[in-house]
Amino acid sequence: MNSRSRVYDQALSLHAYRNRLQIATFAIFLGCGLLFLRFFWLQIFQYEHYRTLAEANRITISPVVPSRGIIMDREGRPLANNYSAYTLEIMPYQVDDLDETIDALSKIVDITPRDRRRFHKLYDESRNFDSLPIRNRLSEVEVAKFAVNRYRFPGVEIRARLFRNYPEGLTASHLIGYIGRINDNDISKLDDAGLLPNYRGSEHLGKVGIEQSYERELHGLTGSEQLETDAGGRAVHSLARKEPVSGNDLTLSIDLGLQQVAENAFGNRRGALVAIEPSTGEVLAFVSQPGFDPNLFVDGIDQANWENLNQSIDKPLNNRASRGLYPPGSTIKPFMALAGLQTKHRTPESVIQDPGYFAFPGSSHRYRDWKPEGHGTVDLHRSIVQSCDTYYYTLANELGIDVMHDYLAQFGFGEKTGIDLEGELPGVLPSRAWKKTRFHQEWFGGETVISGIGQGYNQMTPLQMAGAVAALANGGKFYQPHIVKSIRESATGNRRDIKPVLVRDAGLREEDFNAVRDAMVDVLLPGGTAAQAGAGTPYKFAGKTGTAQVVAIKQNEKYVESRVKERNRDHAWFVGFAPADAPRIALAVLVENGGHGGTSAAPIARQVVDYWLLGKKANSPASDLEADTPPAKPGTTKPSDENEEHHND
Amino acid sequence: MIKRWIARIMAPLDPSLLGLILSLMALGLAVLYSASGRDMMTVIGQARSMMIALLGMCVLAHIPPQYLMRLAAPAYLFGLLMLIGVALFGEVSHGARRWLHLGPVRIQPSEFMKLALPIALAAWFQYREESLNFRDFLVALLLFIIPVGLIAKQPDLGTALLIASSGCFALFLAGLSWRVIALAVVSGAAALPVAWTFLHDYQRQRVLTLINPASDPLGAGYHIIQSTISVGSGGVFGKGWLSGTQAHLDFLPEPTTDFIFAVFCEEFGLLGELILLALLVSLVIRGLRIAGHASSVFNRLAAGAICLTLFTYTFVNMGMVAGILPVVGVPLPFISYGGTSLITLMLGQGILMSIRYHRTIVKR
Repeated sequence: MNSRSRVYDQALSLHAYRNRLQIATFAIFLGCGLLFLRFFWLQIFQYEHYRTLAEANRITISPVVPSRGIIMDREGRPLANNYSAYTLEIMPYQVDDLDETIDALSKIVDITPRDRRRFHKLYDESRNFDSLPIRNRLSEVEVAKFAVNRYRFPGVEIRARLFRNYPEGLTASHLIGYIGRINDNDISKLDDAGLLPNYRGSEHLGKVGIEQSYERELHGLTGSEQLETDAGGRAVHSLARKEPVSGNDLTLSIDLGLQQVAENAFGNRRGALVAIEPSTGEVLAFVSQPGFDPNLFVDGIDQANWENLNQSIDKPLNNRASRGLYPPGSTIKPFMALAGLQTKHRTPESVIQDPGYFAFPGSSHRYRDWKPEGHGTVDLHRSIVQSCDTYYYTLANELGIDVMHDYLAQFGFGEKTGIDLEGELPGVLPSRAWKKTRFHQEWFGGETVISGIGQGYNQMTPLQMAGAVAALANGGKFYQPHIVKSIRESATGNRRDIKPVLVRDAGLREEDFNAVRDAMVDVLLPGGTAAQAGAGTPYKFAGKTGTAQVVAIKQNEKYVESRVKERNRDHAWFVGFAPADAPRIALAVLVENGGHGGTSAAPIARQVVDYWLLGKKANSPASDLEADTPPAKPGTTKPSDENEEHHND
Repeated sequence: MIKRWIARIMAPLDPSLLGLILSLMALGLAVLYSASGRDMMTVIGQARSMMIALLGMCVLAHIPPQYLMRLAAPAYLFGLLMLIGVALFGEVSHGARRWLHLGPVRIQPSEFMKLALPIALAAWFQYREESLNFRDFLVALLLFIIPVGLIAKQPDLGTALLIASSGCFALFLAGLSWRVIALAVVSGAAALPVAWTFLHDYQRQRVLTLINPASDPLGAGYHIIQSTISVGSGGVFGKGWLSGTQAHLDFLPEPTTDFIFAVFCEEFGLLGELILLALLVSLVIRGLRIAGHASSVFNRLAAGAICLTLFTYTFVNMGMVAGILPVVGVPLPFISYGGTSLITLMLGQGILMSIRYHRTIVKR
């Protein structure tokens, strides 16, 4: 750098600076010119046009709400659809005295105190320019009566609106979910997503289930109508209209018949069932019992029904299938067995001696087998068929918790399955690292031992168990469970199929897989833990029973003792797939407080698999085992105390 | 005695700047009265903000620029810290993180940065005055890219762009070579498609809507359509004060803040707009004259950037109302309702006055 440029030449710099200022000044005038031209154009050339628009700006643009997409089962049977009905609506900003108007209206059409309460609630929550319904589903006579008196009620109108309807009521309620009124929270979420303009005029959105997770597909595109309005704000005539685009229709992979068979099989017991097609991840049935009637929520649920649902001891609003957490118990054993085989800690032939317990060398603490006298000499096959605990205590101790964790994680335990429903829980698949983060504690060897039989920290959802057993049935290929099979775009009429997503492949060796599968088949044959439920199947049914211990329940003294005891019983599990050599269905069944898996969960699975593989007629052998009882109605469940909690929360 | 006091207080206040500011404020209150639907409370509230702003301007006008320069670095760092604070613990409102709670006070650090950044850049170039080279420009670029990035992330794209433009003005006035400017413009244009992918959906929608408002008549397009109708129906002379129909029938969004100019256009027409634009541009030109006669690099750059930023605000707001720029939340200086931006604006004017006044005392 030469010395000249180092010397700061103030005069030169000032000159350059003033030069730049001049350029800036020029730019400013250029900008003003541009603005002026624009204003000149708008206010001189286009003046007439805009004046007319402003005069008639009583031309209001009002949204035209699209009709919501329909939800169907895999055979096209409707699970959620719409129907049209008349509503009587008030535009509060055009009415001076709301109560007076409502009083006058009630002389013409029936208005119950409940209608009034609901209206006031809506009014308090609503956005500025809403027209709010005071009465839904007017009869023809009422419509005619009001039409005659309409002149007396400025700001009150009859509108035809679409209502959501769930024709199957309680069936698959957790899965389908429901729509509800848009509240402030929803508005801010929509705003953040930039979707609010599309919801102008919409009053509902999906709150739970498929209705929620596919809200964007189901809602459709809001149209608009330019209306010329009179001084009172009433539409005189329509100037232009942009038609709305209806929401997309969803076809689920659920089979309504199978779903109903499954729900009926539960009777009035609590629990969950998830059935999956292993080769695709399609969910065939998704049960959480008891259910609720989603129709109650559409127009805002009333206090009595809400309390009934919310405070019931049975917790019907809990989605047990994807949010219920239960220790997997012995249903973990087939996966543990695979872990032993794949890591070469076991061969199908290697045996252990079971004296009825496992103990660490030099320790007097005994980890007991469920069979006090022990199973004697046990190989892998017997360990599954008879559900030997000691075999898995030993195996777990040899593998160590972290090897177990890493192996079992391949089947999707400990993380969300990624199903197309919101709110799914990941459960817990423990490891040293997990315990460190969760409790800031070291891992103990004894915790490994009990993890080997699916107890301890293990917490899984029925959905996860179903996903895992589907992956097992599939030779280790885990397809993401999904519920929507195809989406029909209403704009184009095209059908979009949802493709199976292969998440991971545990890569089971064939001989390992065969050893475990054969043992699982024998579980349902004489000598197995679910022999009773497996009796007389014309197909090969592979499965595994399990029980999950119900530990500490906070109980309220008010409860009758018999009830308490029922709630203290073990949860019953069954996981399985069939036909064993070419699986078409894999499922997990959990019966809360059901006792033993073989006697209470397995028969439900049997009915479901029979229906799926043999068709409707062949529903016989299983129904001997379990009497069909109608599902519990939400209205009849006993009210209970909020303190009551299942350990699986 | 009192007379002498008043004279001392008034001394640094540039009469032409003050005159223009007061006229603009008076006009602003009149429009606000109409736009708010004759709501005296709103008008009184705004008048109070104006008093505070005038006071702030007065105080700054008394502080010699060399003291202001010393405050530049700490103010900049403080602003930066607050912006980082917002990114970490800011209050989320309408999906954006813009506000920071400091005890009982709720502040919007991006507003503070509007002033702190040009001052800091001016101070930087003053500091490097003797041996200014290209690397100093790179450092300056860094100085403004960090806060702009943080603000854009909030997300508040409008403010980020405006602050970025104030930084660009400082660089431009500091003498950044034309070659580099041309290069920046070309590469900026080339980067547009990339920037597009970083925008939020609603931001993209705003740009798309500008090109074709009819595509979204219920959302952002509604604002543009209604505001264009307001402007166009004003004609040459306007409908007269308090006689606009658009605002009063609730067709206009935000009629007291971002879209107050639409109310103005409707009621005062093309002539009114020319007068308002003349007042604002006179203010800017007067400021640029002060900048042209300023005594140090700091003074020149600070004054220049403050003036050009003021014009940018005016241009962006009017352009938005006229439907030639996307809808970004930028107030119209002195006219829009809202205290925070007014105070920032007036503090800038205070600095200008100080630069003018102290030039005559500290001669070089």
